[in-house]
Amino acid sequence: MAETLYERPSVAEVVTAKRGRGGRLHWTDIFTYVYLTLGVLLMFGPVVWLVLSSFKTPAGLIEFPPTLLPLGQISVDVEGYDKPLPLFRATLEDGSVRDLAQVRRIGIVSQMVDPADPETTIKVPIGQREPVREFRLAWENYKDPLERFNFMRYLMNSVIVTTAATLVTLLINSMAAYGLSIYEFRGRGAIMLFVIGTLMIPITVILVPVYLVVTKLGMVNTLWAVILPGAATPTGVFLLRQYMLTIPKDLIEAARMDKASEWAIYWKVVLPLAMPAIAVLAIFSIMWRWNEFLWPLIVLNRSEVYTLQVGLNAFQGELDVQWHYILAMTVVTLIPVVLVFAFLQKFITTGIASSGMK
Amino acid sequence: MADPATLTMSERLTALVALPARMVFQVLEYPLMLIQRLVGIRGMPWVFLLPNLAFFGIFVVIPLFINFAFSLTGGTQLFLADRVYTGTEQYAYLFDCGNYLDPTTCREDRFWKGIFNTSVFIFFQVSFLVLFSLITALILNQKIRARGFFRAVYFFPVLLSPVVVALIWKWILLRDGVLNAFLVWLGFDKILFFVSPEWAMFWAIFVSIWAHMGFYTLILLAGLQAIAPDLYEAAEMDGTSRERVFWRITLPLLWPNMLVVIVLALIKGVQIFDEVFVLTGGGPGTATQFIVQYIYNTGFTQQVQNFGLAAAASVVLGVVLFVLTMIQLAVTRRRDNG
Repeated sequence: MAETLYERPSVAEVVTAKRGRGGRLHWTDIFTYVYLTLGVLLMFGPVVWLVLSSFKTPAGLIEFPPTLLPLGQISVDVEGYDKPLPLFRATLEDGSVRDLAQVRRIGIVSQMVDPADPETTIKVPIGQREPVREFRLAWENYKDPLERFNFMRYLMNSVIVTTAATLVTLLINSMAAYGLSIYEFRGRGAIMLFVIGTLMIPITVILVPVYLVVTKLGMVNTLWAVILPGAATPTGVFLLRQYMLTIPKDLIEAARMDKASEWAIYWKVVLPLAMPAIAVLAIFSIMWRWNEFLWPLIVLNRSEVYTLQVGLNAFQGELDVQWHYILAMTVVTLIPVVLVFAFLQKFITTGIASSGMK
Repeated sequence: MADPATLTMSERLTALVALPARMVFQVLEYPLMLIQRLVGIRGMPWVFLLPNLAFFGIFVVIPLFINFAFSLTGGTQLFLADRVYTGTEQYAYLFDCGNYLDPTTCREDRFWKGIFNTSVFIFFQVSFLVLFSLITALILNQKIRARGFFRAVYFFPVLLSPVVVALIWKWILLRDGVLNAFLVWLGFDKILFFVSPEWAMFWAIFVSIWAHMGFYTLILLAGLQAIAPDLYEAAEMDGTSRERVFWRITLPLLWPNMLVVIVLALIKGVQIFDEVFVLTGGGPGTATQFIVQYIYNTGFTQQVQNFGLAAAASVVLGVVLFVLTMIQLAVTRRRDNG
């Protein structure tokens, strides 16, 4: 293959692609380069470390200093022994180093055999041997909590809450937005003011009374208690209304000429046209509900109705913290968000940048 | 209808979601047509608004009033009818202090410790959050390679749940965690981060900045991109130094957005709970216990649930938030009106 004949740009030039200035490197260019590198480490590092750690065995997790990759000790099948034997790298008395399998350990001495020569037993002090390990993923960290503990239940609850709440949110907020954008009626301004006003009241301010309302409605310790209170979101109404206002009124008039009912105009004409805004609200709603913590923590007190977030918190608060399970379940909790982000990043960032909400 | 085999994945998914939705709307069509005949077309906007307003009423407006009522009553009963009217006793109790600057002289010292901690927290958190968001936005606004990638790098923690964020960092900061391994490798001693009040507060601030920086960066980035490029071109023609361009063009034009970001960060900062609660549990002692956790503890976790006191504390929080929101509205209006 022929060499391409062009001047190779320097690393700094590649990363910073400076603005003119005759190619001179300004201090801000170097700063940019350093900042971005550190940024990638600081923002991605912790998540990568979480994922790597989640595949370690409990023994691997308490190791200090920790190994970078999840490792597992190699076991070998040795003739004459039923079970596979753990493999060690032993330093023998004559100074030679050999890979031996341990048959049994008695006190501080371990009886070992060479897998190639199972007849002769070699005695090695345990200080003279190191386990031979290879890269291995402890998938049981993922399987066990889903099978043995309630995590499958938590996962299901989270999925139910997120799906149901998002559907209710989309339906009632799009209806309200339709009512506030298509019609001109007395009181519309007052209602808009009211909607904006409720925007100012975060759940943290009305925890006690909402708890009372939810109790009165008999919803404590049911998923409804999490689904319903946040279903009507002022931000949702606002976002959808702004979008629906851009729909030409002629379309609606034409549909009315054709004797379409108002409901039919809403779902057959306006909703399909408002799809981009509805998609943004759907993504936001999914994120809100999946990640919600304080309110579920208050109204869900029984393990069967825990969502993933509450379940994870309960699990990490136990006396004997089982980090190998917690880390794996944290990764499970994280996956849907990462997927949403990977596929819909554009929607999310433009949604936030244009509405200033999250 | 297109041949199903040629549909893309996303089209199939859309169809899968749309079908049941279509059925629901179709089923609702006849009852709503009847309603329309009853109330006439002028009544229809109210029909469309009804579900939403009902939700707002039940879960926001009524609770707001009950909250005041609650804060004026005592006892341990949940239902308002069973509670004893105590007037402003709960507020008097909350504000019974020898010296407001010293939480230990207050009768309800946990509340004042919460306010004190929250003040320290928002002072540092908001300052550094805004500073780092600004730096990041400025850097991402340059013509760098792979800008989308770097933007995603700083942004993605915004989407993580607070519980996940806290657990990620807790795992790093434990006694035998990777950060201590790094310190030992550098020749330092291990630090028990969650035993020292100062370190616990430091990490509470750090982690919340880590998690939320991307959001504010994005708002500032949008603000930076709205600055007319001719201004920069003119400055470059004149040979103005970059430092001067920043102080004379970028910062003044970005300032309205900065104000919005500062007030938004304050509003969120006052309500800090989730990440820190999972990370430190409010500890050691009450070193990282904030106002919302005080409300949560008082109303929902103690043996004797003191709803009245929790409600009174949340009214106080509500007043603070109301003032902040008013400032936010004023600031936003000024920005949007130029």
